[in-house]
Amino acid sequence: MTQSTQASTTQTLPLAEGLRGIVADWSSDQRAFKKVPWGKAMMWIFLLSDTFIFSCFLISYMTVRISTTDPWPNPSEVFALTVGGHKIPLILIAIMTFILISSSGTMAMAVKFGYEKNRKLTFILLLITAALGATFVGMQAFEWTKLIMDEGIRPWGNPLGAAQFGSTFFMITGFHGTHVSIGVIFLIIVAIKVLRGDLDHQRPGFLTGRKGNYEIVEIMGLYWHFVDLVWVFIFAVFYLW
Amino acid sequence: MAHAEGQQHPIGIYLKIWGLLFVLSTASYLVDYFHIHGYLRWFLILTFMLLKAGLIVAVFMHMLWERLALLYAILVPPLLLLVLLSIGVLEADYTFFTRGTFFGPASGAAAEHR
Repeated sequence: MTQSTQASTTQTLPLAEGLRGIVADWSSDQRAFKKVPWGKAMMWIFLLSDTFIFSCFLISYMTVRISTTDPWPNPSEVFALTVGGHKIPLILIAIMTFILISSSGTMAMAVKFGYEKNRKLTFILLLITAALGATFVGMQAFEWTKLIMDEGIRPWGNPLGAAQFGSTFFMITGFHGTHVSIGVIFLIIVAIKVLRGDLDHQRPGFLTGRKGNYEIVEIMGLYWHFVDLVWVFIFAVFYLW
Repeated sequence: MAHAEGQQHPIGIYLKIWGLLFVLSTASYLVDYFHIHGYLRWFLILTFMLLKAGLIVAVFMHMLWERLALLYAILVPPLLLLVLLSIGVLEADYTFFTRGTFFGPASGAAAEHR
């Protein structure tokens, strides 16, 4: 009691930590997600729903792969490339993985330099991220072309074995590629906003009319890292399994 | 609306995690390259996958520095998927068993009716 009377009314009380903090945050009769901008909390909730969508795809893939009686095509050989006379297994997918990880690295640094209000560096890093993302989609288009034209793989069947291979492959990688493509478009939009100084001068955005600030770079980053995160799971359970 | 402090961390941590992700990706690629098979393959693939996912969420997505209220709200619900995963495995095993019984080479009578 004595402490509370001494506390100044202009200062906010420190937030509780640990389990007590969770209970206090959720029961605080205000915003549950403290110290987090509104947009960021909403992006996290969107990503949670996206997690369930991709999980449904991957779990469906698991069930059809377990239940099929036909032999499953060996991804290591299907996705092999012949470079200089040598057949290297899965090399294209490995390169795509490294490209996407690198784009995540540049994105993380773009967020950091954004908060430091380093406009030029943020713009360059965002553009590199978008370029790496576009490269990834390009390589995926190459991979699809090779599979459709050369290997004769279709969503309803293929000459290598189980028909489910094609349907799950096109569904999962197609949905992921769509996410990457949308991400590239938004990266370019955010990069232009950074370059023009929209975020420094708090100009309202064209869609929501909310004041511009560097939080949108971090929110954009969350989406981009999520795309990378999904690829980690696809790489492991589809290509390597 | 209260404006929150941005997530600001030294650049070194991002570069270190970047390097670590490269190492882990190379390791999981090498599992395939050296034709490791059986339980060891699955164990290694899943271990590298979960380590990479953990690093991305914790550092790149800044979950390490968020308040627990947000962390639990986002990371606990996906655990429900383990239930769907288990149901999927059980059901798929059963489907495989019935397909083997009724459409397999041993059941000639069933094959004639196809």
